Order: sequence, then C-alpha cells, then structure tokens
Amino acid sequence: MLEVKGITVRYSGLPVLRDLSITVEENRTVGVVGANGAGKSTLLKAIMGSVKVQSGEILFMGERLDKLRTEQIVRRGVIYVPEGRRLFGPLSVEENLLLGAFTVEHEADKKRNLDYVYELFPRLSERKKQAVGSMSGGEQQMAAIGRGLMSKPKLLMLDEPSLGLAPLMVSEVFETVRRLQAEGETTVLLVEQNVLEALELSDRGYILQTGDIRAEGPAAELLKSDGVRQAFLGL
Amino acid sequence: MEDIAIQITKSLVSGLLMGLVFALVALGLTVIFGVMDIVNFAHGEFLMVGMYTTLLTSPLLGIDPVLTLPLAGITGAILGVMCYFGLIRFLIKGPMIAQLFGTFGLMIFLRNLALLFMGSEPRVIHEGWLVGKSFIVGPGVVLESTKLAVAVLSLVSFAVVWWLINRTKVGKALTATSLDAEGARYMGISTEKMNALAWAVGGASVGIAGGLLVNFWPVEPGVGLLFTMIAFATVALGGFGSVRGALVAGILIGMIVNLPPVWDAMMRLVHVSGLDIHSFKYTMVYAIYFLIMVLRPQGLFGWKQ
Repeated sequence: MLEVKGITVRYSGLPVLRDLSITVEENRTVGVVGANGAGKSTLLKAIMGSVKVQSGEILFMGERLDKLRTEQIVRRGVIYVPEGRRLFGPLSVEENLLLGAFTVEHEADKKRNLDYVYELFPRLSERKKQAVGSMSGGEQQMAAIGRGLMSKPKLLMLDEPSLGLAPLMVSEVFETVRRLQAEGETTVLLVEQNVLEALELSDRGYILQTGDIRAEGPAAELLKSDGVRQAFLGL
Repeated sequence: MEDIAIQITKSLVSGLLMGLVFALVALGLTVIFGVMDIVNFAHGEFLMVGMYTTLLTSPLLGIDPVLTLPLAGITGAILGVMCYFGLIRFLIKGPMIAQLFGTFGLMIFLRNLALLFMGSEPRVIHEGWLVGKSFIVGPGVVLESTKLAVAVLSLVSFAVVWWLINRTKVGKALTATSLDAEGARYMGISTEKMNALAWAVGGASVGIAGGLLVNFWPVEPGVGLLFTMIAFATVALGGFGSVRGALVAGILIGMIVNLPPVWDAMMRLVHVSGLDIHSFKYTMVYAIYFLIMVLRPQGLFGWKQ
C-alpha cells in the first residue's frame, strides 16, 4: 500500500533521514520505533509532503506522493495524527472532528463518521461542545485520533500517540488501535518511543536510529532479538 | 447646559458614523492578519485604489458613484489576490522583517503608481445620490447621507464577514488556518487558497470602503496613510485578528475623534476660552493606542478571538 523507497531528507544540510525505505502492507499495523531524534516524525512528515524529500520516492497505491501537496495527499486517504496533536484549541470537540471530515463531500457520510467516532470514544460525545484545548491530555489524544478517523482514512499515521499520557490513557490509546485492527478497514503506521508496547501492537516493525533503519522484520521477532532487547528494552 | 446635551448627541452620532467607517477600513486588515499573521502596510493604498475605482468608473459608465461599489469591491479583491500570489506568498517564507519591508514596499509602489497615472491633485466627486445630501434628525443633529450610507454598509460588511467565518464550512477552514496552518493542511485544507481568500475578502471590504469614502473625502495618491494609521490603531485596540474587536474599536476611535466639539461646548459653559484640542484629535487616538499597547498588548478582545 505504502512504499517509501530510499528517501533522504536534510534539515539545513544535515541528513535527518538517509536512504530510508519502509513498506506498509494493506490492513497491517507497522510500528516505527526509536529514540527521540531518530527521524521518526520526519519520516511521517515527508510522507505528508510537509518536509521536502531530497531524493528517493514515496508511493501510495502506486501513485507518487512526493510530488503532491499535503492537502492532495490527505484526499488520497492518507491521514496524519501529528505529534503534540495540533488540535484547534479554542474550537469545540465537534468542530475539531468536523474539520477532520473537511474532505468528505456528503453530509450523510460525515454524520456516519461522526457517530462512529462518538461510539469509539463516548467521552468525546459527552464533551462535544467543550473547547478542545480545555480537555485533559488523554481526551485530547482521543479527539486527535477521532479527528483523524473522520475521513475514513485508508492509511492512518499516528505520531507518538502515547507521549505525555498517563499509563491508563496510554493503554486506552493502544486499545483503540487494536479495535481498528480488528475492524480491518484501516492500515496503521505507528511511530513510537514506547518501543515495547508499539511492537507488541504491530505486525511489522522498523527500528530507527539517527536516520537509518537498524533493524526490521516481523514485530514479534524484533521483540525477541537480542540487539533490540538490549538497546531499547534494557533486558 | 442644553448646548452641551446637543453637542454630545451630535458628537455621539457623528462619532458612531465615522467610527463605522474606520471599522470598515480596519475589517480587511484584521481579517488578513487573523488568517496569515501578516501586517499589510499597503492597506491604505488598497483603500486609495477603491476610491479611484469609483471616481473613474462612475463618469466612465455614466452611473451614480454608489452603483460602482461592487466594482470597487471586485477591484479590491483582485488587487488583494494579485498581491498575495505576486508578493506575499514569497514573503511569508522569509523572516518577519522581510514581511514588514515587503508590504511597506508595496505601499510605496502602489502610491507611486497612482501618482504616475492620476497625478497628485486631490480629486472629489461633485455629483451623486449621496453627495452633499443630509437630513436633520434633531435640534442641531445632522445626518450626512454619505456617512449614513457608509455606516449601514459597514454593518452589512461586518455581518457578511461574521457569517462567512462562523457559519460556513470555508469559514471553519479559515479559522483552522488562522489557528494552525500546518495542522489545517493535515485536514486536507488548502491553506494557499485560504490565504488568497483572506486577501480577497480583505481587499474587497477595503475597496468598498474606498468607493464610499470618496463620496465625501478627496482622493489623492497619499490618502492611504492617515487611514492606514487609524486602521492599525483600530486593529491593535480591538485585538489583532478579531473581527468583533475591529467593530468596537472603530466606533470607539470615531467617538474619540469627535470629542473636541464637546470639549469646546464645556469650555463655553464655564466661560473659559480653553485649549483648542481640535488639532490633537488624532494625537488622542494614538495616545490611547500606545496606552493599550503597554497595558493590554492583546487588545480589547484578544488575539484572533
């Protein structure tokens, strides 16, 4: 479904991603894990067209994404739930969710997606009129994921969804990903510092370190490999 | 005492009317700032272009100046969009200082363009439905039909912009762009289109303001400066990016500018030939502007509310 082929991204001359390739197959969950500054967010932003790719190409369902603008990429069904959520703070929960359905043409589809998100996160339904900026971190993360689901994405990319959340909220966020997997309509690309939980959730994993892929393979095997256990899990 | 009451009423009425003119001029400035965080120093020159549009097209088409207002609005909108795609789009990639000097340069460019084609002579409209007409609504209280028309149109413009921003899908996209442009792009919103729309709305509203203003205010290439400065004070007072703030602050400034006659009446009452404060009316506006900048930099209604 998504093929990132040998991309290089530089910030003011310094390479942040070097000749990096990943593949995401349809209806699978792929975890990209690694420490802070490894280039995980940059990878997702490159896919979204919000940072420039110097070389290599990005293919989504056979089409070059790296030639498109962000809003065109969104219309192809690729949705990015950014790190730090980037919600529209003064607007209400429902206004934020509806902005997530900006590319949805039909009112009926919009309504159906809204009902789906409210069913997925009943708490958002209870607080639909509340300014999203006044909610707790966990609720905001739900709003951000819910907003990402409002356009029924083909590929949902979650950037550090567990960052800064209380443990209970973290498991709720990951529980949501499990449910999406069970429904089998959304492909998930998950970027996490939370190596253990992210790999447990994923079908396939990539370990990213300072712009390079250090290890890749089925997530279960990565979890068992000595290198990963020593470097990231302290086992 | 009666003298004062009449003078206060007169000042309140003309203050309200003039204030709505200031508010209409400031509306475009605050919309553009709200969406793009860019301060357009050439805003007054947009007004000047609107004024010339009405001045020139009215005799050319043989219609009343009032009927050329849509043309002034369209010219303003086109000018706004052209400036966005030809200049602003490149400026926003640069540092803040580039934006400041960029729109400042645009101001000088438009002004000299007008000087080249129109000359430096101040020009007025001599005939029209609104020109020179007024009606008396009370003892000593005269409503000039030009100012009344601007006031009504100003309220209509505010209502339209308010409706656009708060009640339409594109308005929500504008709000999202103003709050977080990168975040808005992740929603599939073309922020490029939203920026252009902000310049179109901003240009149209100030173009219409110019088309009305020229019915009672002479136009010359340098006319923009006074109105730019007042619009800046209005927007700063109301809160940068706040539509509601521009309306309230515009009216407030209109009232301040109309204070001197009240002062004179009070001086007459106590039989003192007091200080002539007429020459200081704009000084008072900027004094309050500075005061607000120091005490409440976010303006009366805060940023972008």
